[in-house]
Amino acid sequence: MNWLARRALQAAGTALIALTLLFFLVRSLPGDPLAILSEDRPLTSEQVRDLQRRYQLDQPLGSQFVAFVGGALQGDFGTSIQYGRPVRQLVLERLPRTLLLGAAVLLINFTLGLWLGVQQALHRGRPIDRVLTTLSLAGYATPSFWLGLMLVLLFAVRLHWLPAAGSLDPGLESAGVASVFGDRLRHLVLPALTLAAVSIASSMRYQRAAMLDALRQPYVIAARARGLTDRRVVWGHAWRSALPSVLTLFGLWLPILVVGAVFVEQVFAWQGLGSLTAGAAAARDYPLLMGTAVLATAAVVTGSFLSDVLHALLDPRARAE
Amino acid sequence: MTAPAVALVQAVWKRPGGRVGTIALVLLALLALGGPLLLPSPTAQGDLLHEALLPPGVGHLLGTDQLSRDVLSRIVSGLRLSLVIGLASALLAVVLGAAVGLVAGTRAGLVDAVLMRTVDALLAIPRLFVLLLVLAVWDRVPLPALVLLLALTGWYGTSRLVRAETVRLRGEDFVRAAEALGAGRMRIALRHLLPNVAAPILVAGTLGVGDVILLEAGLTYLGLGIRPPTPSLGGMVLDSRSVFVTAPWTSIFPGLVIVLTVLSVNLVGDALREALDPRST
Repeated sequence: MNWLARRALQAAGTALIALTLLFFLVRSLPGDPLAILSEDRPLTSEQVRDLQRRYQLDQPLGSQFVAFVGGALQGDFGTSIQYGRPVRQLVLERLPRTLLLGAAVLLINFTLGLWLGVQQALHRGRPIDRVLTTLSLAGYATPSFWLGLMLVLLFAVRLHWLPAAGSLDPGLESAGVASVFGDRLRHLVLPALTLAAVSIASSMRYQRAAMLDALRQPYVIAARARGLTDRRVVWGHAWRSALPSVLTLFGLWLPILVVGAVFVEQVFAWQGLGSLTAGAAAARDYPLLMGTAVLATAAVVTGSFLSDVLHALLDPRARAE
Repeated sequence: MTAPAVALVQAVWKRPGGRVGTIALVLLALLALGGPLLLPSPTAQGDLLHEALLPPGVGHLLGTDQLSRDVLSRIVSGLRLSLVIGLASALLAVVLGAAVGLVAGTRAGLVDAVLMRTVDALLAIPRLFVLLLVLAVWDRVPLPALVLLLALTGWYGTSRLVRAETVRLRGEDFVRAAEALGAGRMRIALRHLLPNVAAPILVAGTLGVGDVILLEAGLTYLGLGIRPPTPSLGGMVLDSRSVFVTAPWTSIFPGLVIVLTVLSVNLVGDALREALDPRST
């Protein structure tokens, strides 16, 4: 598994360079990361020195950098200015909600999105293909924060079908497992739909292209000639050969989701990493922001590594590259 | 215009998506430029007691907001700002990306390796997080700096595309012939390679406009981009949050204009891509 080791090393290198860039980016900005603390009341020089020591801003840049990388590798990003608690603790608390939302969106994109992409490829150039392309492009052009508000307006305010915000009805905290599960599901619908609507275009487009490519292959034509049913040709042959390249979508899809969640979670008061990030940005809580930025970067690097590995497992030709 | 440019415009026009997108963009640009001549000032307030949150009607086509300002006027100003930021940032990003790509592609070896490894790492950091970090530390960022920031975080993909095309073309006969005739590295890059990588640059630049408009609206919605009282589309959606249940027009229309603008730009971008690379459809 020489290839795997090389690819893993490359991912680690990319992550390390990205960490370095993030660190020097923040340090090179014309602004004081601690300015927010002295906004309401001026700090004494003693307090400033104490804070600088706490956030290690009094150390030389080199040792600050070493401390930052060392901390990041252990998941330690210091203390949140806004909450006064370790960033790591806050992130771990919020992670499950974001994973739940992410899993729901992944499920929609990788079932409905891929199925729609296949349908588009099968009806290439016909009205249904055009309509689906335009709809998915419209979704891609829609700001998620606005779409979320519009869905709230329609389904929560006007129709009273679904809750507008949060992830569980406060009255249900001590209710039975079934009703809690049902209520969580109801809270999940609107955020998941919003995020899926703005991100489904990439899975549809990718699947459409991969499927068109597969349908042109000689063995698909041969399968057709042997008299196999359309369904078997499409799902048994063409789709299977299109799958490896569709799996690389995983790497593309992850950043969209991580970023999209910032707005969607904020709109729906969904207590995940996205709303944590949005709140940190609004409060200028830069240690917390740095923590979520590093986590998002790690997610992107891991996502693209995993999709490459999956691709290589399914398609040996990819390992030769 | 030169012949290839005319052919390209015709090819975009021939596609339904390209045509719809072009017409919509022209109309939106006319609205953004001509609207202020016909509409009340976007910051003018009326009688707060009687003219706040008026529904769409004769005096105010799209109603008024909670400060009794005309929603349509504010949308037009916000649209103009979005278009300016989108075009300026995407143009800068594309120039930067093309420059880095050309340098990496023509200078093989260490320079290429360092540049492309850096681009790999930059691509791994989600753009929004970089912008959030910068804007959280840099309070009240001026507009030109915001444009620059959006450009500085938007060139990575273009540089990769341009590098790949450059590497492919480096071995072609016309480049070797130019080298043999004694053309310098700079001349080869600008006279021979750049025109041949113009197609992917054009597509990336067009699609970049839409990305920037969405990003700016999002940042402003989070309270970090354009600050009040300057009207912006994202800012209008943010301001409407406290009143959008009873006065939905304050939030519906600015968002719709963002969707229309970005969709039109992307339709044109898609038509361009199809025209330049028919295999992609």
